[in-house]
Amino acid sequence: MTDSGSTDPTRIPSLPEVFLKRTFSLINSTSDRNSLSLVCKDWYNYERLTRRHVSIRNCYAVTPEIVAARFPAIRSVSLKGKPRFSDFNLVPEDWGADIQPWLSVFVTAYPLLEELRLKRMSVCDDSLEFLAMNFDAFKALSMLSCDGFSTIGLEAIATHCKNLTELDIQENGVADVGGDWLSFFPENLTSLEVLNFANLGNEVSFDVLESLVSRSKSLRVLKVNQKVSLDQLRKLLVLAPQLTELGTGTFSGDLVSSSVNELESAFSKCGNLQTLSGFWDPSLLYIPALYPVCGGLTFLNLSYSVLGADELEQILTHCKLLTRLWVLDTVGDKGLEAVGSHCPLLEELRVYPDDPLDQQSGVSESGLVAVSNGCPKLHYILYFCQRMTNAAIVAVAQNCPNFTHFRLCIMKPHEPDYLTNEPMDEAFGAIVKTCVNLQRLSVSGLLTDLAFEYIGKYAKNLETLSVAFAGNSDAGMEYVMRGCPKLKRLEIRDCPFGDSALLSGLSQCESMRSLWMSACNLTMNGCKKLAQEKAMLNVEVIKDEDGDDSLANKVYVYRTVAGPRKDAPPFVVTL
Amino acid sequence: MNMEDGLSLTLGLPGRAESDKEPNMSCFKNSNNNKRSQPETNDARSESNGSSAAKEAGMDSAPAAKSQVVGWPPVRNYRKNNVQAKKTESESGMYVKVSMDGAPYLRKIDLKVYKGYSELLKALENMFKLTIGVYSERDGYKGSEYAPTYEDKDGDWMLVGDVPWEMFMVSCKRMRIMKGSEAKGLGCNV
Repeated sequence: MTDSGSTDPTRIPSLPEVFLKRTFSLINSTSDRNSLSLVCKDWYNYERLTRRHVSIRNCYAVTPEIVAARFPAIRSVSLKGKPRFSDFNLVPEDWGADIQPWLSVFVTAYPLLEELRLKRMSVCDDSLEFLAMNFDAFKALSMLSCDGFSTIGLEAIATHCKNLTELDIQENGVADVGGDWLSFFPENLTSLEVLNFANLGNEVSFDVLESLVSRSKSLRVLKVNQKVSLDQLRKLLVLAPQLTELGTGTFSGDLVSSSVNELESAFSKCGNLQTLSGFWDPSLLYIPALYPVCGGLTFLNLSYSVLGADELEQILTHCKLLTRLWVLDTVGDKGLEAVGSHCPLLEELRVYPDDPLDQQSGVSESGLVAVSNGCPKLHYILYFCQRMTNAAIVAVAQNCPNFTHFRLCIMKPHEPDYLTNEPMDEAFGAIVKTCVNLQRLSVSGLLTDLAFEYIGKYAKNLETLSVAFAGNSDAGMEYVMRGCPKLKRLEIRDCPFGDSALLSGLSQCESMRSLWMSACNLTMNGCKKLAQEKAMLNVEVIKDEDGDDSLANKVYVYRTVAGPRKDAPPFVVTL
Repeated sequence: MNMEDGLSLTLGLPGRAESDKEPNMSCFKNSNNNKRSQPETNDARSESNGSSAAKEAGMDSAPAAKSQVVGWPPVRNYRKNNVQAKKTESESGMYVKVSMDGAPYLRKIDLKVYKGYSELLKALENMFKLTIGVYSERDGYKGSEYAPTYEDKDGDWMLVGDVPWEMFMVSCKRMRIMKGSEAKGLGCNV
């Protein structure tokens, strides 16, 4: 397929290998690289030899050996493991997604591995120790929503990773067994740029933390845990005014050794601060100390803070440049009106529930409409609410036609439009009709097959769809399977979709990354049929302890080149 | 199935039109005598697709008049734990003294820091440099050199792991790590 020596004027002469390789090595975008690799055999080779980063979005779609064989020069790996619904306890423990088999291959294939970013993987302390001891060039470890490890594993990382720049422990099921893991960082480690231990429950020695921050001149991200006091936080800020991201811990208690003014002064020296988070139990008295940095903030995460509308407004009046805001629904509709008033540049809003069972509190449709009125650039919304109306969402879609991510969770299953008592079909219909760039959609409330007909008809760019307690019949799912060509991830729970719906999208299944269906109407026979028709799919059924053996209560289907899992636990049956 | 404690646990969801599979009864095996087969809170193995009020509601908290569904609303455990921990906590933490047979002095730990029994036991093992072994409902910590016990609000000495974690947190006054041989009597059904 290469063109060297051809005299045909319409054919492009081939470029020198050295030139191509050098050029390719400058290209970082994975989608660009994927395109390059399809041009011809030579380009496929140059691309694979120069690729430094690989993202594996399903750890069972491929084996580490296959990855290592194709890409010999990788320095940075991202791995995602369990299906997303494992975050909500729908996947049993010991399901899999163990990191160790990957590390065991990487130790010979990628001895110079520098970065590892994991999401929903099972990571044990021994694996962390293995990582720390076997990869001399290792720099950056990030773990989000992983489980299976404790602070003992972190001790190993701290002890052995001589070039560590990043340790990012986020929202994991990590066991903090004490033992002051932070003190295992050697005195001569000065390379840290990112340190996030907000996840951990126990106190760390402040002297050790202070010394570490003080000598880490490149530190730009520091997120402390809830045991760090305000006084201590102030001291850390004085040592690290160059921070761009700060996690404040609780931000509560009494300032003992200094005053609010001194805290404010410390913040005022942090001219680069763009992201603030933490605030687990903020003392309102000290919130004004933040005002000097609020003007430069782009991302404010208050989603652990029980704040009211007025308190939120006070803060937001200072945050004109905010593009991302996460809050708890304790701010209420009034708080969201303040968002609409003060944050014209807002692009992303997330409203999390404080108490999902309390139907009197929280936010409703009016808060969302207020935000959409004031924030025309809004394109990402995650909204937990107790009630909603079709009319409100129609208005929101008109105000903000650029939604790429629309995730609405009406917390009571099957809840209709509370004013008209009708299903919420028209709401989501409006979203998919108006927001042509929609990539991700989560639906909720009372929905008939009509909602799915709309999705199948209009959501042509949809990549991720999450459905719960919705639909009337197989037709609903069939609309989606047939109508959404770009669908990559579909997760469904508690819907009346059965075997024929599953089998309706046979061609779709192979272009999708994964499909999850739980508490639907699937049978083992239907799943077996799917498995027979499509060899490139793993069709896995998670067995219940009790329950009818002919029914398939939890089904996980994904495309793979690795064949059936070799590490499947007894309760996972591959058909 | 024990319903006399006044919890109105429903198996179906409110307003659910379609009636499909039989509700899985295994979750109620566990709620019967306030015991669980494993001390870990997040074990979803024995749960059904439908409601699992025993798991979602605190065992001794307000009656679950609304039926609670596993994994709904879709909020990550990490976030749920953090928000709920704040509600039950006092400023100073939930510190209890821990003594160990043969050790010259006691330790103090903050129970709130741990999300469940396995974390607590790992921490105790680390703190006292010993192995505690695996808990089983029937045999307690049989076979282990040491067994963790605690004194509850009534003044009784109980085996750690028998009751749900949330209940343990509020009823534990102090702990004692006993030699395994001495703890035999506590391993039986109370």
